[in-house]
Amino acid sequence: MRGLSELRNSEQELYQFQMRVGIAGVAVLVAFALLAARFLYLQVLQHDVYRAKAEDNRISVVPVTPNRGLMVDRNGVVVARNYLGYTLEIFPKRVRNIERTIDEVSEYVDITNRERVRFRKLLQETRNAESLPLKNRLSDEEVAKFAANRFRFEGVEIKGRLFRQYPFGDVGSHVLGYLGRINTQDQAKLEEEGVGANYRGTDYIGKSGIEAAYEPELHGTTGFEQVEIDAAGRGIRTLSSTPSQPGNNITLTLDMRLQQVAEVAFGDRRGALVAIDPANGGILALVSKPGFDPNLFVDGIDPQYWAELNGSIDKPLNNRAISGLYPPGSTIKPYLALAALETGKRKPSSTIFDPGFYDFGGRRFRDDKKGGHGTVDMYKSIVESCDTYYYNLSNDLGIEAIAKFLAPFGFGSRSGIDLAGEFTGVLPSPEWKAKRFKDPRQQKWFPGETISIGIGQGYHSYTPLQLAQAMAMLADVGHMYKPRLVEHIENPRTGETRDFPAEVIHTVNLRRDNVDFIKRAMAGVTKEGTGARAFAKVEYTVGGKTGTAQVIAMKQGEKYEEAKVAERHRDHSLFIAFAPVESPRIALAVIVENGGFGARAAAPLARTVLDYFMLGKVPPGMEQPTPEDDSANDEEVESGE
Amino acid sequence: MELARLPLPQRIGRRLAEGIDSTLLVLMLSLSMLGLLALYSASYDVPSRVVGQLINLAVALAAMWLVAQVHPQTMMRFAVPAYLIGLALLVAVALFGDVVNGARRWLHVGVTRFQPSEMMKLALPLMLAWYFHKHETTLKLRNFFVAAILLVVPLGLIAKQPDLGTAALVGAAGFYVIFFAGLSWRVLGTLFGLGLAALPVVWGFLHGYQRRRVLTLLDPSTDPLGAGYHIIQSTIAVGSGGLWGKGWLNGTQAHLEFIPERHTDFIFAVFSEEFGLIGNVVLIVLYSLLVARGLVIAANAATVFARLLAGAISLMFFTYAFVNMGMVSGILPVVGVPLPFLSYGGTALLTLFIGAGILMSVNRYRRLVQT
Repeated sequence: MRGLSELRNSEQELYQFQMRVGIAGVAVLVAFALLAARFLYLQVLQHDVYRAKAEDNRISVVPVTPNRGLMVDRNGVVVARNYLGYTLEIFPKRVRNIERTIDEVSEYVDITNRERVRFRKLLQETRNAESLPLKNRLSDEEVAKFAANRFRFEGVEIKGRLFRQYPFGDVGSHVLGYLGRINTQDQAKLEEEGVGANYRGTDYIGKSGIEAAYEPELHGTTGFEQVEIDAAGRGIRTLSSTPSQPGNNITLTLDMRLQQVAEVAFGDRRGALVAIDPANGGILALVSKPGFDPNLFVDGIDPQYWAELNGSIDKPLNNRAISGLYPPGSTIKPYLALAALETGKRKPSSTIFDPGFYDFGGRRFRDDKKGGHGTVDMYKSIVESCDTYYYNLSNDLGIEAIAKFLAPFGFGSRSGIDLAGEFTGVLPSPEWKAKRFKDPRQQKWFPGETISIGIGQGYHSYTPLQLAQAMAMLADVGHMYKPRLVEHIENPRTGETRDFPAEVIHTVNLRRDNVDFIKRAMAGVTKEGTGARAFAKVEYTVGGKTGTAQVIAMKQGEKYEEAKVAERHRDHSLFIAFAPVESPRIALAVIVENGGFGARAAAPLARTVLDYFMLGKVPPGMEQPTPEDDSANDEEVESGE
Repeated sequence: MELARLPLPQRIGRRLAEGIDSTLLVLMLSLSMLGLLALYSASYDVPSRVVGQLINLAVALAAMWLVAQVHPQTMMRFAVPAYLIGLALLVAVALFGDVVNGARRWLHVGVTRFQPSEMMKLALPLMLAWYFHKHETTLKLRNFFVAAILLVVPLGLIAKQPDLGTAALVGAAGFYVIFFAGLSWRVLGTLFGLGLAALPVVWGFLHGYQRRRVLTLLDPSTDPLGAGYHIIQSTIAVGSGGLWGKGWLNGTQAHLEFIPERHTDFIFAVFSEEFGLIGNVVLIVLYSLLVARGLVIAANAATVFARLLAGAISLMFFTYAFVNMGMVSGILPVVGVPLPFLSYGGTALLTLFIGAGILMSVNRYRRLVQT
């Protein structure tokens, strides 16, 4: 009995067990079906997504940075080039403790405190950069030392890179400009222009001057290499590559040696000089002093030097030639004289008597010369720079006529030079005044204001470039050319060149005999007038005009005494000139800030520049100007093939 | 008998084939061959791995053969000692074990190290099957309580190491025995409900990295370079394999080292990338057949001990395969579970083949069909 029930019991148990085995089997199948469904989803439905992800994983597109275009001056002298240097780069994402890594690296390569500070700043400013330079221009010894210990430093590498170099140092720094690291704003701008991809792999961009203005020409086209990488980001092999196209080479209208002569002549003085070829508007020299060394920006400028440059009251980063605004002083007189001739208000021969002052509306306007110039005709008014003649003349002409005549000479309007940051200046006129002031009482033009306009004071305010442009236009008898810095652009691969031809903005019909008369009078300035001493024994013909611009307004009756005035409140010294008189090849404007009388500072400076330009005469105290070639041993890399 | 009349080599062959279930063997060897293919691809940098795995395979086969020769009745005698030794070793690990990657799992035995938790994978079902067999006729709910205690003690020790993956697998093996022993559905349902309710409590006991693994499973993108990296990269490998796969040795994810642990726990990612959905289906079919064969053997087993053990081992094969493939394809959290027969590693292979040996032995001494 018991045995039977046991048997039945165990049979029942067996049945139950087999039921459960069946259930387990079904569960297994369901689970595996679930897995299969997951595979179907991943491998068929989402296959494209994951294939793309695997490719993204696998293939890294490595940009091949193009060589930046070179810059040469009109004579083919190289003024901006590239050289191969080694940098020590840190890949921030691959380094755990950056400070400690720098400490360890400094056992092999000398890392100065400045470099540390600069690196920290770079690290803060740049996001998403693959690598950042810790130290630039490693010596061969440092390269060897580090390379031998490279394995110790994950995320620190030596990179060969092309550096921008300016062989002339701070000469022409405002024209050439400088390169700086691409910052967030630059990046945004590049993306906006749709050229962000072309800048992958490029760390530097033109920040000012030609470097910035012609950035699209100079940069070139970035090449790309498709590299297969492993999970650690190491390149395994190159799958395909598109070579980079070097940037275009730029030939400037600038004469770099002339520029250098001018800058040396300035010495430590502040000011600006612009020299133009009157026949075509090509800029021969464009000086702004003090300057800066653009080479120091190349490596990512160190914060201390940057603070010095930015904080200096001399504002060395400002390009005074296009953004400095100065009253023209007496340099405006030849134009007013020409206006008088052209409008028939004066004949060359008509004279006035100058007692040393001019009374108008109950105010006495003084002449610079105590006791006056006596009987003055137009020639003498320019040669001796007689103020009374021009008080009188501007009153006769009237402000409207003056403004109307001066405007086509470029006074108070932008020249359109291919540099960023050009200022407009002020050509005074009743319309200008009405717009300038909000107070209705101030908006009115007072006749008395016209008087000082005649001697280049009052509201006049022009850039040195405008002064030079006007001079060039006068020298070329009424043709206003667009100022040019670039002669032509060359594609280094194809040798194709694109010329930037002279471009006449407008022509003013001036009577040749009137212009010739003014030129004669300006030639008289350098022979027997205010510029005679500066141009003593000059071996070529030159026309010029001195100018002195007040920095602080003198009360009428107050005597200006240079010695009593603080250096920075002294008058600015100006000079405009052209040479040779018969067929001018150069027109220039010089301003020496706080240089005092025009005849004393600006005129001799102009003489030095003209002597070099006309005669090739190198100023005393300066060796034959050559670029200080401190990188003679560096491997110079010319752009292109 | 007849055997004596055969020439010697054939006689040896016959003797070797005795007790070996050819269906199981063919399935296992097929899986192992696929594993060697994937391993060869994954080991382009360490080709010796393939040789090593071949040796592992030989050792495991020998162990399987030996076990297959043992009568289930004899195995029962090993149940209690194996369980007790396993338990003792787990305690020893907890006291003197080596810490690797923050977990105390390894025990030094002479020159080599050894994971006692691996032994429990078989020792626990063996013990439980023995226990239920002993109480075959008088099975009460009380017996299930005792079984539960036998299950929970080693489980707790393993979970404490911490090795949640192995704990789950060992627990599953024990549970399968209990399930096949006939625990009533009502109790099963209650336990399931309690388990769900206890989840928050379990969560509280989890280590930080364990919680992270669960969380990253839910959204791997929260930690793409940390815990999510495994899942993201292995999912990419699987998905990019497509229908036909990238071809043997052509898996970029594997060859460019985007797949971590590509020889061991993540070898399925390598396989799946190179052989695609077709390869995966083949794999699933092979596993299904293997499990099915094991369940059939269990259903025909002669004793309670044999059937419970065989059933549990069959489902263990399934569990390992399912958990591993689910983990690699991103539907289960990352736990250290090798893919049966494919992952590189001698211990896991040994356990699997011994398990198969037990199945073969059970099959050899199966219930005689009553007519």
